[in-house]
Amino acid sequence: MNTDADTLTAFRQEVIAWLADNIPEDPGFLLPLTFMEVGTEEQLEFLIAWQRKVYDAGYLGMAWPEAYGGRGMPQVYQDIVDEELMNHKAPIIFNTIGLGWAGPLILQLGTEAEKQKYIKGILTGDDIWCQGFSEPDHGSDLGNAQTRAVRDGDDYVINGSKIWTTHGTYAKYMILLARTNPEAQSKYAGLSFFLSPMDVPGISTSPIRKITGEYGFAQTFFDDARIPANCLMGNEGDGWKLAMQTLQYERSVDGGQASTYKITSMTSADLIETCRTIQRDGKPLLDDPIVQDQLVQFIMEERNLLLNQKRSSIQDLCTDYPLSLMLSGKLEATELFRRMRQYAVSLQGAKGGLYIHDNDALDGGIWQHAYFNNFSATIGGGTSQVQTNIIAEHALGLPK
Amino acid sequence: MNFGQQARNHKVDSLNFSEEQKMILESARSFCEDTSSIEQVRELLDSSRGYEESVWAQLVELGWTGIAVPERFGGSELGIETVVPIVESMGRSLSATPFISCTLSAQILLQAGSTDQQQRWLPRIVEGQIATVALLDNEDWGAFSTTQELNDELVLKGEKWFVDDAVSAELFIVLTQYQGNARFVMVTRNQLEEGAVQAHALIDETKRSARVDFTGVSVSAEAILVAEDTSEILNDIKLIGALLTAAEAVGATSSCLNLMVEYLNTRKQFGKLIGSYQALKHPCVDILTKLEGARSQVYHAATLFEEGQGKMDRDLEVACRMAKASANDALLMAGDRAVQFHGGMGFTYECDAQLYIRRAQWSQQQFGESAHHRKRLAPLLLSL
Repeated sequence: MNTDADTLTAFRQEVIAWLADNIPEDPGFLLPLTFMEVGTEEQLEFLIAWQRKVYDAGYLGMAWPEAYGGRGMPQVYQDIVDEELMNHKAPIIFNTIGLGWAGPLILQLGTEAEKQKYIKGILTGDDIWCQGFSEPDHGSDLGNAQTRAVRDGDDYVINGSKIWTTHGTYAKYMILLARTNPEAQSKYAGLSFFLSPMDVPGISTSPIRKITGEYGFAQTFFDDARIPANCLMGNEGDGWKLAMQTLQYERSVDGGQASTYKITSMTSADLIETCRTIQRDGKPLLDDPIVQDQLVQFIMEERNLLLNQKRSSIQDLCTDYPLSLMLSGKLEATELFRRMRQYAVSLQGAKGGLYIHDNDALDGGIWQHAYFNNFSATIGGGTSQVQTNIIAEHALGLPK
Repeated sequence: MNFGQQARNHKVDSLNFSEEQKMILESARSFCEDTSSIEQVRELLDSSRGYEESVWAQLVELGWTGIAVPERFGGSELGIETVVPIVESMGRSLSATPFISCTLSAQILLQAGSTDQQQRWLPRIVEGQIATVALLDNEDWGAFSTTQELNDELVLKGEKWFVDDAVSAELFIVLTQYQGNARFVMVTRNQLEEGAVQAHALIDETKRSARVDFTGVSVSAEAILVAEDTSEILNDIKLIGALLTAAEAVGATSSCLNLMVEYLNTRKQFGKLIGSYQALKHPCVDILTKLEGARSQVYHAATLFEEGQGKMDRDLEVACRMAKASANDALLMAGDRAVQFHGGMGFTYECDAQLYIRRAQWSQQQFGESAHHRKRLAPLLLSL
């Protein structure tokens, strides 16, 4: 498959033209900025239809094998699509846990039968996936997961509870981390990994209300839920290894995602535009040198992320702390966005006190909403504080 | 993770590392490790020149003084992008040579000199004569004019401050006021009066700088560099100076961080390695983050130098200023925390942390502190 510059440029033009014709009209309700914010039926229906449209156009899973519903093309094509989706602020491709985490995992380590069964539905959006890793008592400490899976004939019987299940209330499948052997040598060795159906008796979900006031994820309960034994991925005891590999995809350390477009960015460019519209002391806020200085600092940090990403592929410039750039991307990006959004709220004068339900809120209250929601990124997938420990220990070699 | 519309303009994330840069980085790192151990750095603190002449001779032998000088003047005709890995390595080893001063002098000659003037002076710099630039009259890095005067009889009047490596310099490029314009003029050491060079007592004892009185020096017309409009050149030179200082600071930050990590991995308190305490661990990650960002910025600017073949444009100006502001902040935090995390030992002159906190203070002001650059970035980035 051709990847020379002219071919790629032509392809990018094709994508841009397609987006111009196909990006949906404003539906009249607030669209989720991230895959973690899907909270209503109308949002869900909208996003399923959009994902299907992108897939049918051939722009999703472009680098996944044709045999399972992908298009078998070089990754750079999907990268171009993802970039243009972002540049056009298109609605997100929401089935992230399937497209970004479970899918690559199954393609890399799954059996032929698993690939045949699961991959296509992930791409079409027919099968929404969720993740059962965190537990009420064990958030960041995954290795301590206590949900039990006991083999009984041709089934496993699951008991316990998972929390912060994004897409939990409408998912068809879950990647589930459960304990098959409580007596194992180490807590890690007792864990197993399941590709579990959600529509079986004994599995129930209860939506959780977020700081935003909306519903977006759930607590999942397992009460003697029986799932077929062939839902076990790999062997018993492989759970920790498979969960860690999943996190590699989740934290974008490893590639292979069908699409990485899971977040509509609120960038410094948006913040600058906001500053043009707000008045302070009777003048546009952007005229204030103190505001200018803060904006410059944000732009610098944003550019650091972009450049770090570039540099991480140049090995000769990563010899001092080989793991550092890989491990720190999530921490830096999510913390920067949190601070930018918090700052954006602080700039709004009296309007900073309004929320999304108020018609006078600045830009529909998008900054307030985005600020609150951003905590899902600084907490989910490993809190910033845990990430900092990981970087200290693994990149710098400091003691535990 | 991807980021907004900025990604459309590919220049803002240009970052390449050529085979040449790689080879130079490797040889510069090993050269500086061999010639500038921390013991050697300490031995030189009290010396007048601040460097070993034998080390300088080796460095000249390696061709570094001519690396960014055209072949016709005896150089290798590579760009500033290849100077960057050298100064980064020097910073890493706290090696203080007049290398940056010589590089900047050569760049001024290339931009402001006639062919004859270049032919006359550049080969001397390539061959290892120490050259330096005398830009400042006072503490103001934002100044573009000067009170230093060259009168119609071609006699200089006035002092220059913060002339780096003046003690060892054979050639001075002086920014002076001549017939209503700021101009560069060449002065050689033998033209200076006895006692004209008064060393500053610098906060960073590895560095050398001086106040130089050029009063009474009489120059020939050929010594006035031909460029009549110097403000653009001066701007370019200050940006190159900022970038090289940033590269040097990035190198110093990484060795400072190594010093801290080593101590945190050996020192025990309350029965535990102090590196296991998050109050110490997390700031080290903050320093690492700042370091990595600054290093990316520095090599991004180097890449733009290469892509534009040294032509200064808006993107390159942004890159140089961002590199300097980022590197300042990284080294300041590293030096500051290195002292603090060494506890009582950190407060002593004996502890190497002092070398870094002092370097940080010197480095941040050189070619402008962070706020100086952010102030100039605002109109470039915010379409004001």
